[in-house]
Amino acid sequence: MTEYLFILVGAVLVNNVVLVRILGLCPFMGVSKKLSTAYGMGAATTFVLTMGTGASYIIDHYLLIPFSLEYLRTISFIVTIAALVQLTELVIQKTSPVLHQVLGIYLPLITTNCAVLGVPLINVSQDNGFIASLVFGAGSSIGFSMALILFAGVRERVEAADVPVYFRGVAIAMVTAGLMSLAFMGFAGLDRY
Amino acid sequence: MDSFLYAISVMALGGIVLGALLGYASTRFKVEGDPLVEKIDSILPQTQCGQCGFPGCRPYAEAIAKDEADINQCPPGGDENIHKLAELLGKEYKPLSEEHGVEKPKAVALIDEQTCIGCTLCIQACPVDAIVGAAKQMHTIVADLCTGCELCIPPCPVECISMETVNATLDTWKWQKPGTQRVIPIVPVATNAQAA
Repeated sequence: MTEYLFILVGAVLVNNVVLVRILGLCPFMGVSKKLSTAYGMGAATTFVLTMGTGASYIIDHYLLIPFSLEYLRTISFIVTIAALVQLTELVIQKTSPVLHQVLGIYLPLITTNCAVLGVPLINVSQDNGFIASLVFGAGSSIGFSMALILFAGVRERVEAADVPVYFRGVAIAMVTAGLMSLAFMGFAGLDRY
Repeated sequence: MDSFLYAISVMALGGIVLGALLGYASTRFKVEGDPLVEKIDSILPQTQCGQCGFPGCRPYAEAIAKDEADINQCPPGGDENIHKLAELLGKEYKPLSEEHGVEKPKAVALIDEQTCIGCTLCIQACPVDAIVGAAKQMHTIVADLCTGCELCIPPCPVECISMETVNATLDTWKWQKPGTQRVIPIVPVATNAQAA
């Protein structure tokens, strides 16, 4: 149990997928202008990442490793994840229109997000078991959502602040993201306790 | 060599399985859009003018389908449209509601290019992207795309946009629908026969 807790905390805080590993920056900059879109994106990513990590573990262990085809990981993972996302979108659209409206456009959008591919690849390189893979996927995506929502909150406030003309817009957002990343580096010592 | 064949067969197998799964799911979990909305939307004139009180033709069609809006709120479509909608929905015909405007002959907007200051306000207002131009450059209207919705007139700060009526040309002229004045009157033949 403590092992899983370590993986979770490690994925959420210590090795935060956006702010420490610098993966998934496009949605991080792209949909963080408003809190509401950040929530939707965070929920969709959590869903896809957890599922994608689990599915890619299965593909890796029962298809690629027995045939020693590890070099096909990248392409087979992304194909599997894309198909799974498409499938879940269809199922959600039919079974729960409300959830579909919340996740809606974000689901297909993040299919090829680099975090969504990066986390399963990191996961197999760490030799996690199936449950550990799911925990790692969930932790990474919670970390992603947390960073995204925090950043969206900051950006909403920066929008109202008196920013010097030359820093307005993307420039100040980049500076803010950099500062947040620095702050998250502070968690690096956490795993020693 | 074996490894090469394995690689190809594993990828092919994966592709076939995933493709079959998606193909099955797309028929199994198909979501039907409301076909009535499509039909109503195809009758509406697609001017996207918003005179009906909805943000465009599609939302108005959805509202009609849900019975939240009346069929007589579309001035650009005019009388002809109301007749078609009444027929489609099995409703009673009613004249165009006056609060939503009056039916006008088809017109396109025209920018007086001498007066235009290039403020781009009309470009933002245009629902069909029929206005081209850039900031501080003269704008102009693509007459083929303009639906004559008049939404660009209020934002113009120098009032350089006017509506030009489009007269029918050989290409656009159509037979008029028989209106009340063109209906051949019924002559009471029976009374004549009795008299004779």
